Amino acid sequence: MAGLEDLYREIILDHYRSPRNRGNLPSPPAHRVEGFNPLCGDEVILYVDIDDSGRVTDIKVDGQGCSISQSSASMMTAAVKGRTEEETRELIRAFKAMMSIHERGLDANGVGFDGESGPVEPDPSVDMGELEALRGVVKFPVRIKCATLSWNTLVQAFDEAGVDRVGD
Amino acid sequence: MSLDVVSVKKDFPILERDMAGHRLVFLDSAASSQKPRAVLDAMDHYYETTHANVHRGVYTIAEEATQAYEAARAKVGRFIGAPSSRGVIFTKNATEAINLVAHSYGRSCLPPGAAVLLTEMEHHANLVPWLMLREERGVELRFLKIDDHGRLVLDDLERQLDGVGLVSLTAMSNVLGTLNPVPEIAAAAHAAGAVVLVDAAQSVPHAVTDVAAMGCDFLAFSAHKMCGPTGIGVLWGREALLEAMPAFLGGGEMIRDVRLDGWTPNEIPWKFEAGTPPIAEAVGLGAAVDYLSGLGMDMVREHEVALTGKALSTLADRHGDDLRIFGPPDAHERGGVLSFTYRDIHPHDLSQVLDSAGVCIRAGHHCARPLMRRLGVPATSRASFYVYNDEADVDALSDGLLAAADLFSN
Repeated sequence: MAGLEDLYREIILDHYRSPRNRGNLPSPPAHRVEGFNPLCGDEVILYVDIDDSGRVTDIKVDGQGCSISQSSASMMTAAVKGRTEEETRELIRAFKAMMSIHERGLDANGVGFDGESGPVEPDPSVDMGELEALRGVVKFPVRIKCATLSWNTLVQAFDEAGVDRVGD
Repeated sequence: MSLDVVSVKKDFPILERDMAGHRLVFLDSAASSQKPRAVLDAMDHYYETTHANVHRGVYTIAEEATQAYEAARAKVGRFIGAPSSRGVIFTKNATEAINLVAHSYGRSCLPPGAAVLLTEMEHHANLVPWLMLREERGVELRFLKIDDHGRLVLDDLERQLDGVGLVSLTAMSNVLGTLNPVPEIAAAAHAAGAVVLVDAAQSVPHAVTDVAAMGCDFLAFSAHKMCGPTGIGVLWGREALLEAMPAFLGGGEMIRDVRLDGWTPNEIPWKFEAGTPPIAEAVGLGAAVDYLSGLGMDMVREHEVALTGKALSTLADRHGDDLRIFGPPDAHERGGVLSFTYRDIHPHDLSQVLDSAGVCIRAGHHCARPLMRRLGVPATSRASFYVYNDEADVDALSDGLLAAADLFSN
């Protein structure tokens, strides 16, 4: 049985108690996207300013939820601010790889259902920084969706921004 | 005489489990109860000595299996005060029982233009089947409101019942613990010409049930919340209504005859039991009924009123305004279900911290999202009591709250 200290690392509690980039941005021009976890009522609202080159020039987060969803969102905003779309998508991929070990419903052999590939090894070239602290979440499978909520929401923001750019 | 909880605890093997150095403190019986040895043994014994398909076999064990299955039906009927076992239908769970009524009675017996009256505190199981009926047939749905203490507002009941063909309500809220005045509402509903379905999933396991005293026409509940196995539930219905209702699911067992140009239904209750039923589960449910009857349902209720009262006062004393408990303030007007918020700690975090001390509580919307919206909270934590819980369990909950406060406080 994994201990609480594996989940509630000090960095996570710090981001929960003092969330970074909390608030909102005028939308438009910011992209406003909502993420929702119906299981526990976690809610993340992201406001993302993305410039023409796809760089995240500003990001704010609103909503409410458990310590894991809220700290993950806070750490994410700190990590992606100033990054290009390509860099951000790479970080999202690396983060989701870190979280995917249980999310895919793998059996003991590491083979996924429906012919999915096994665990995705995190890309060692991506520096996870503080986000490493969330690695312990995989020992608590129910909470993985809490940790990935804001990241999935950010993907949505880029997808919408991309559609907007194509439309211009 | 009161319930001997020390002795009751010994009946439940799972309570011997070691949870990383802690004993298992199970406070989630409103979701599903634990099972006593007597139920596990009865099901094992059935499979080891008796199993065969029911009703058509001529050989000895098939005959015995049929007897065991039908004996369970009779036990359940007596347990809820039914006039006979003909009105006792085995379903998959309480949810399927409600769906049966919504599908069969709702689509074929509800007078044209008649509305369905529900309440704001219903579980999704008693909402979605009716929302589906509204989508499909345009049936009007009405909802009785609740006051700030989680009691139904009944001032306007007569007007609300005008034009209603069916009332469906919970006997006890799975979130608030509120015990609803079913006899009063059923009498008013009958006076208005409506039939009454009671979602008794939370009440049958915890108090004496008497369908005649309740005055209901249908009663739905699940075995797994009352010490029985998963996979079986019950719909009790008035025989005349059940006879008038069309079958729900089609297949073997529910027919009298099948021709290539048609079919005729079996008699009740088998008309509503398509396919091989949950036989071992019925045996387990019968054993659960015996177990609870042995404890005495009045004793069970008395124990839970005392424990709930103690919990309400202990938690209020120790946590004051940090703890907000929803529902009626008096233990006598509620069941052993405490939904609460604690400081601003999210229910999932609370539940996680409590789990590390072996304490199991539920966190979330408890399948009652409309009620959560009414209460103005996205989720709550919920502790619920049963025959195997005692004051030490309440203390373990209380200690866990303080541990969570230590971890998350600024």
